Amino acid sequence: MFRALIVLLLSVFIASTSFAQDATAPAPDRSATGGAQTLEDILARQRGEEIDDSFRRDATGDPDSAAGMAEQLGTLGGASDPELWRALRYNSADITSSSRGPAATVLVQDGGMRWLEFRQGPLIKYGGYLLLGTIALLALFFLIRGRIRIDGEKTGRTIERFKSVERFGHWMLAGSFILLGITGLVSLMGRKFLIPVFGHDSFALLATWSKWVHNNVSWAFMIALVMIFVMWVVHNLPDRTDLNWLAKGGGIFTKGHPPAKKFNAGQKLIFWSVIVLGTSISVSGLALLFPFEINLFSATFAKLNSLGISGALGLGELPTALAPHEEMQLSQLWHAIVSFVLMAIILAHIYIGSVGMEGAYAAMGSGEVEEQWAREHHSLWVDEVKAKEGTAPEGATPAE
Amino acid sequence: MRAMITAFVAVAVIAVGANIILDNVGFSSQDRSSSNAVRLD
Repeated sequence: MFRALIVLLLSVFIASTSFAQDATAPAPDRSATGGAQTLEDILARQRGEEIDDSFRRDATGDPDSAAGMAEQLGTLGGASDPELWRALRYNSADITSSSRGPAATVLVQDGGMRWLEFRQGPLIKYGGYLLLGTIALLALFFLIRGRIRIDGEKTGRTIERFKSVERFGHWMLAGSFILLGITGLVSLMGRKFLIPVFGHDSFALLATWSKWVHNNVSWAFMIALVMIFVMWVVHNLPDRTDLNWLAKGGGIFTKGHPPAKKFNAGQKLIFWSVIVLGTSISVSGLALLFPFEINLFSATFAKLNSLGISGALGLGELPTALAPHEEMQLSQLWHAIVSFVLMAIILAHIYIGSVGMEGAYAAMGSGEVEEQWAREHHSLWVDEVKAKEGTAPEGATPAE
Repeated sequence: MRAMITAFVAVAVIAVGANIILDNVGFSSQDRSSSNAVRLD
């Protein structure tokens, strides 16, 4: 399951990492046990090695060659007791339950342990490092570069950069995202970091509220995400100015800033990160909000298999027959991983929009920015605005 | 500043509204996993 998740990560972030393949050993000799698992199989499993368990998984009897009713084993429909238990163990038995719900007929699913271990271990560890590392990098950047100041003389005039509906959408997205980020971290990391500090009782209360906030605030996030997309997508389509802006590194370490329209290439990257990752988080979040209703992963894995992506990455065939629980487990991990990436990006966005740059906050605070700031950071946009207003660019005299 | 505060209020209103709606659409664990013959409260 973990490897399956990794391939999805790769397909989105186009990382170039190679994976160590498990060496396929020759089929072990199980004649001594009559085909049942050997001591070596058990020891290998206990060492945590991945073993091919098809010799057990598939040994669940064959109803087609079932003995007749009058013969031995006849009433069991072609399966001996051990075969029936193996079918239960590997979730291939035909179960009927009076309980409702898609998960009711799954009696044993072993993906849960891998999910639990990954969630408690690497997910918390590397997710935490990512956020702390981002904060450390931003602090270091602040120490080296300091606040990006307005270079020229301030004019005292302002230009409207964002209308109130745009600021409303932005702050709805921002406010909900921060709440979701904090409550998400409480849900993920609380057991490890908060229970030892506050105790079980206090944390139980916090976790209950945290869950309420996370589940219900999610809707505001999704609505705001759609608002932001509709309002700003036109300004965020890539164009030639972006290449120049990126080539000059946005002017972060140089004197002066490359020309940009309403949004520079850096802002466009933030926008598309928010839209793409935010949508992915929303979809996996909806799958978690309505358990077992939206199954994303078996279909995705089938696509990756048929397109040959999983094979090209050396991961072989990805599992497409996932237990309902496994769908939820994968959704949760995906939800968390993508959220960590987006949180790291947003930390940088918060930095540059507040302490990192003089004059930037006003754009979202009052909506009015200092004209000199606008000329330095979004020169082409200022020209557009001025042209629309009917006033000629700087230096020209009024017409009347 | 007013847009920001309005947005935060909207987040709260949407959250409370969503909770009321979701409570009433019959999607609780109880509704999903038990039939009418089962009384849990």
